[in-house]
Order: sequence, then C-alpha cells, then structure tokens
Amino acid sequence: MDRKEYNDLDFTDITVDPNLTRRDLLKLLGGGIIILFWSGDDFLLAAQRGREYPEDFNAYLRIAENGRITCFSGKIEMGQGVITSLAQMLAEELDVALDSVDMVMGDTDLCPWDMGTFGSMSTRFFGPAVRAAGAKARTVLIELAAEQLKVPAEKLTTKNGVVFDKEQTDKKVSYAELAKGKAIVRTAKEQPSLKKPSDFSVMGKSFLRTDAKEKVTGAAKYSGDIRLDGMLYAAILRPPAHDAKLKNADTSPAEKIDGVKVVRDGDLVAVLHKNPDIAHRALDEIKAEFDVPEAKIDDKTIFDHLLKNAGKGNPVSQAGDISKGVELAEITVEQKYLNDYVAHAALETHTALAQVEGNKATVWASTQTPFRLKDQVAEAIGLQAENVRIFTPFVGGGFGGKSAGQQAVEAARLSKLSGKPVQVAWTRQEEFFYDTFRPAAVVKIKSATDKAGKIVLWDYEVYFAGQRGAQHFYDIPHHRTVALGGSGFGDGPSAHPFATGAWRAPGNNTNTFARESQIDIMASQAGMDPVEFRLKNLKDERMIRVLKAVAEKFGWKPAKSPSGRGLGVACGTDSGTYVAHIAQVDVDKNSGAVKVRRVVCAQEMGIVVNPEGATIQIEGCITMGLGYALTEGIRFKGGRILDANFDTYELPRFSWVPQIETVLVKADDVSPQGGGEPAIICMGAVIANAIHDATGARLLQLPMTAQRIREAMAAKPTATT
Amino acid sequence: MADISFTLNGKGVKLSIDGSRPLLWVLRTDLGLTGAKFGCGQSLCGACTVIVDNKAVRSCVYPVRQVDGKEVLTIEGLAKDGKLHPLQEAFTKHDALQCGFCTPGMILNAYALLLRNPQPTDTEIADALQGNVCRCGAHVRIVKAVKTAAEEMKGGKK
Repeated sequence: MDRKEYNDLDFTDITVDPNLTRRDLLKLLGGGIIILFWSGDDFLLAAQRGREYPEDFNAYLRIAENGRITCFSGKIEMGQGVITSLAQMLAEELDVALDSVDMVMGDTDLCPWDMGTFGSMSTRFFGPAVRAAGAKARTVLIELAAEQLKVPAEKLTTKNGVVFDKEQTDKKVSYAELAKGKAIVRTAKEQPSLKKPSDFSVMGKSFLRTDAKEKVTGAAKYSGDIRLDGMLYAAILRPPAHDAKLKNADTSPAEKIDGVKVVRDGDLVAVLHKNPDIAHRALDEIKAEFDVPEAKIDDKTIFDHLLKNAGKGNPVSQAGDISKGVELAEITVEQKYLNDYVAHAALETHTALAQVEGNKATVWASTQTPFRLKDQVAEAIGLQAENVRIFTPFVGGGFGGKSAGQQAVEAARLSKLSGKPVQVAWTRQEEFFYDTFRPAAVVKIKSATDKAGKIVLWDYEVYFAGQRGAQHFYDIPHHRTVALGGSGFGDGPSAHPFATGAWRAPGNNTNTFARESQIDIMASQAGMDPVEFRLKNLKDERMIRVLKAVAEKFGWKPAKSPSGRGLGVACGTDSGTYVAHIAQVDVDKNSGAVKVRRVVCAQEMGIVVNPEGATIQIEGCITMGLGYALTEGIRFKGGRILDANFDTYELPRFSWVPQIETVLVKADDVSPQGGGEPAIICMGAVIANAIHDATGARLLQLPMTAQRIREAMAAKPTATT
Repeated sequence: MADISFTLNGKGVKLSIDGSRPLLWVLRTDLGLTGAKFGCGQSLCGACTVIVDNKAVRSCVYPVRQVDGKEVLTIEGLAKDGKLHPLQEAFTKHDALQCGFCTPGMILNAYALLLRNPQPTDTEIADALQGNVCRCGAHVRIVKAVKTAAEEMKGGKK
C-alpha cells in the first residue's frame, strides 16, 4: 500500500486510550529497561497526532530482569510470519539470540495503538522502527555497563546478550544483570545507526518459525480455543439474502431443548448453549420469515451495473498526449477485462469470545485490526473504549478478510445480554455470506505499438479495483491511467450488492491481470516474443532485473505466442517489491481444464530479512493465486450468495500445485520491502498468457474456469482493431 | 443419551452423552481438546481430522457414538513423552505451515496415510491429502514434510 492509499483508510473512528502513561507502563510491566518507539512511518505518526495521541511511541520493548527481551506490538500473527521476522530484526540490532526474544502481539492493553496488520507493512514500516529500538536499547545497555564496569562506553561492545570490554573480554556484564532492579524508560527518537547488511548475523538468515512447535502439537490457541468458566456458544439467526428483513421468528421450538437460552435484541436473534453443536441444532428449529428484496443483479449482470455506477474517475498518472499516441499507432488493441467477486476463505472462520462484566469487556478475536475492534465493541455495547480489552490469539488466516469485526461485536452484545461469556464462531455458510469479498471489477485498456514494436499509447481505466497496481511501469510516451468507483478496498459508491474489502494485494490482482494480458496481446500482434517485448519497452532497472532473472531460471527460449508450448510470462510491482513470473500449463482442448505444471518467480524485495520466510510467502502466493485464476468466483443472485461451502467454491488443492521455483534477486541497497502479497499479483495474467500460448484463446475474465476456456477456444482469435 | 467408552490418546474415557453429537464438538467442548479445528462442518476441508482405530475420520460429521470401544488419537496425543512425532518434526523442519489452522488435520491425515502406505510417492501424498484445505498455500512443503517423515520412520522408527 502506498501512502496515497493510506489516505483512503478511515481514521476518524479511532480513539486512543489517553491514560497509558510511562508510569503505568512500568507498573504494568514490572520494571526492567523499556524502550519506547514509533512504528517508523511519518504518515502514521501524523495520523495518530491527529487523534491527540498523548505519547510519542506506538510500540516498545522491554529487557526484563531475567534478560528476556519482549517486544510489544499491535501487529498480529496470521500465518505471514512476522512473529519470527520482527523478532529476528530485534535480535540482530540488540545482539541477542533469537530465542531470547518474545513477541506480545495484538493485546490492546499491553500494546500501544496500531492501525492493523495489512498491506505488507509490518516489515517495511514497522521493521525499521523495531531495528532502531533494538539499536537504542543496545546503546542504553552499553551506557549502563560503562558505569558498572567503569570502562568508557566506546571501549565496550555486545554479543549474545552480554556487554564486554573489547580489549579485556573478561570484563563483562549480562543484559539481565544490567536490567536487574532497574526501572528505566527511554525513547528511541533519533535514528540510531543500524547494522549494515554485511554485519548481519541474524537478519538475512533463514530461521524456522518460532510458532511452529505450538502449531504442530495442537497447543497453539486460536480465538475459538479459549475456554472460560460458564461460557456459552452462540448460533445466530441469519437472513437468506443481504438486505432481507426479519418479519417474524417463532423461537419456542428451540427453547424446548434442554439448556438452550434464546436471546433477542432487535434483529439479533441467537441461541446460546454450552455446546455449539446443540446451539446450532436448536437454531434449526426456529421458524423465521424474512422479506427478501427482489433480486436485480447477479454474477453475470454485475459488470454492466458497475460500469453504470462508477461515477467520476480519479487520474492516477498521465504523460504525453493521448491523441499523439493514437497518431503514432500501428497496431491498436482495445480490450475489456473482468474479474468476479472472490472470497477470503481463511480456514478459520471469524471467531470471537466476549466476556462483558459490569462496565468492562474482554474479547478474544480473530482480527487483523484489534484496536479498531476495541472501538467497535465499545460503541456497540455502550462502554468507554479504555474499558475494553482485545486479545488477539493466533489468527487462522486473514488475507484482508479479518479487518471487519462483526463477529466480535455480536459476541459482545450477546455476552452483555446473557451475562455470560459468549463465543461466536461463524459457520462456513456465515463466512461466505458476511465475507468482505474482493470486489468484482472491470478494466478497459486501449493501447498501441508503433512499427518497431514500441508501445506508443496506453489509455487505462480501472473500475472498482482502485489504484494499487494500476500505474504501469513501461516506457510509454503517451499514457493515461484513471481509477473509477472506489479504492479496491470496497469503499466506493454502494454499487456492490454486499460487503467488499481488501483481499491480499487489494486491486493489484485485477490491475496486473489486465495490464499483463494486454501487454501479451500486443507482443503477440507485433509478432514478438513476450519477454523480449517487455524488455524492449522497459527502462525500469529493477523490473528488467527480475524479468531477466525469471527468464534465466526458467530457461526461457524466445518464441512468438501462441507457440503451442503453454508458456506465459507476467510481471508487476506491489508493496515496493518487484516480481516476475513464468508459468507452464497444459490445457485439455476438450474439457478446457488447465493443469499448471511449473511456475517460476523472481522477486526483488530489497534487503531480505528471512529468506526462508520470504520464499514461503512466494510459494503461498503462487498456490493461493491458482484459485482466483482458475476457479474462485462468487456466484450470487441479488443478495443471495449461492456458494456457501468448499464443495462449489473450489480452493486450490494438492493435485493442483505446480512445481514452484523461486529466485530472490539481491538488492541490499534497498530497504526491506513487502513480501506477503507481491507474488500473488501475477497469477491471473501469467496463467492467462500461458493458456493463450497453448491454445491461441485469450481469456478476459477471472476466474478462468474450464467452461470459460472452452468458450474462449471456440471464439478465438481475439478482437483487434 | 448413550453410555460410551473409548480410549482417547491412550487414556480411557467414559461419557454419558447424546450419541448423535459430532465427535469434533465433544472433543473441543466436553473434553477440552481444541487441537482438532472446525473449518467447514461438512467434511469438505479436513481441519477436523482425527484418527479412530488407525483411520483418519472427519470428526465434524462423525457421530460420537461410533467411537464406542475404539481408540481415538488427536493431535494432542501424537507426541510421546514430550518427543515430537516424526511428522511433527518434519512439519516444523520444512516450515510446512503458516497460519497453522489446517496443520493438526493435515498431520493426522498424513499419519493415517503412512500407516497404510509407509513409503508414499509425492503423488500418493498429494492424493491422500487432496481433501485437506490449506488456504495459506503451504502445499509443496507439506508434501516434503510427509516424505521426510516417511524416511525417518523407515524400519519401524517412530
């Protein structure tokens, strides 16, 4: 996410607990050495100041009297691995072993305010701050050691949690000894000098996940695994369609079941029981009638509907003169690209446990935004925000879908009404119904090449996917990019029939699919190899490097598409990172079924903090991306969601997974960039381009289901002017 | 209500319970073992997989009465005397997980596979795990981990 896009996010509902002072912190943490620090991003700093945040930090670390280092951060761990990579950065700057660092994440009492975990920002923006705090802590420790050892600070250095005299190494004192009996709070304000990549001993090395053992033994606790005495499980009455209104509900059959408690508060009708399965069984007994509005749009008509409701556009970038580009055009390509709504489908459904007692509420929730949730819960049940505490246990996948907090608000309301701790864990059907889907979107592109195969014109309009990834990076003299109808986070005009929101690399999957498909069509029509065509039209050195790297790793041999080989290429940028992919596919000409054989990805993400972690994220992106490329699209009729489980909504499975190879392109002169999202953005285009190379058929809509591929094969070749 | 007795992770359990309730929720609520996860409720994702008499079952649709007189193994019972099972070791070593939510079901399904086919090929592993969903995309590493565990367990090492 770039800074401009931060501005699209709504900060106005954020209140910050003004009572957390340095003294409270010391009391809370019980002494030691505490370093307060900023998340490192000036924009966030300004956003927080706007909320009159009284303090000048939003994360801190503590060196406890036993020498253990704890980092307190409002970020959360949902599989992306920051619990390991942030600890690694701290361990590096502080010169301690990785296993002496603990991360406390997403606890709104212990951790200072944080906007949320999304946009591949943890490493990029929070990471430098963590490193600076580590460096500051090291400076403080050296000062303390200088006093204690009576050695000038400049003669001291640190290693493995010990400060010692460089010349007389037996003159030493451990961090634990230095922290003993201390109650020191310092702020990392200035930018202390950070270690150079060549001096790294922890960063840049591959470490296994620090949370792996808990996760393989079943000990790891997710929100649904928290147990409180007397807690009840809720099953909530749901409408059959969005915007349906409850007319009446006869709850008496449910109430006859032993131990069942029915709670009703306006439209919220829920069954509570000490066993979730019995609560759901009782819910099935409730007879309810709803007024369902007439269905006006569905998954086929949605695109025309969106185009009609897009409103005015925002220019993203522009240069040269479009009419000049038209004059220079030798071959012009005009095309429209579509993508369906896509579900997040994290394996853990939205879950929360709430305990409301008097004027206090405690909530354990699967959320990417614990601080926002704290405010939502406070408002929903009429409490002061400072009396609400959110704990974020391990989150079972997020991908942007766990930024909304409906389930936690429901749990809090039900706990308040029943006087008991209440868990709300959505069923898979509820998850598909209330998901904040990746928005359906349209991209229209008119582009042209001259006689020499140079792109001279690029006129690009994106509808409902926003700016992220919309701006091209090719060397084009006359171009214009316009974004219409919302940011890609789903906050545009109310054109969507249900909630939409951020989905891993929001907007960029749509934009990269369209751009890289269009580039491929132009290459093909210019009679050029698609890799050579891209290189010919690029000046951006970072992109050139990743493209060359992926071609080399794959063993690319130039040919004009369609070559019959089933090879496709695509590239893009996201979160400051550059990626390029090459895929090899087989297409069954009769059924239209695609088997992706091999995907090679080259990624340049600046300094790589944890190469293994980065590689895992790339593999995850490629595997997850197969879904939105090939099968994942929500079918709906009006407010009714027709896909309710994994039988009709097909996620990538083991048999789909291609041979995956990755190259991390070295760039230690660039600070660490995002890694959780970039490698997913090319998956639509790289497969579309490979399908074209295999069959000559051009797929213009995601997902590229077998049926759509059959239709495209019947309709080829693609239209040009 | 039915009286049911079975072995759970090596220990005897007796329940007087509505035998039609799904094993998953009896484990997670009545017995406090939260390692088996709810993912879909319709036997479509494998997150709830546990082992009953050496076979992998989907506990979200498995009535508890069917475990009467049988041996049930959940992820909590896989490590012995504090020592991780080779599958758990291999999943850790290969970083074969991200969010970890599918992991218990994935490991137990692989456990059942290795009981019936101690030396599976990559394709056999993929086939066996086809019904288990991993949304984070750890698939390639999961296959490697199962393969490594199979190697480790060769010759009855377990």
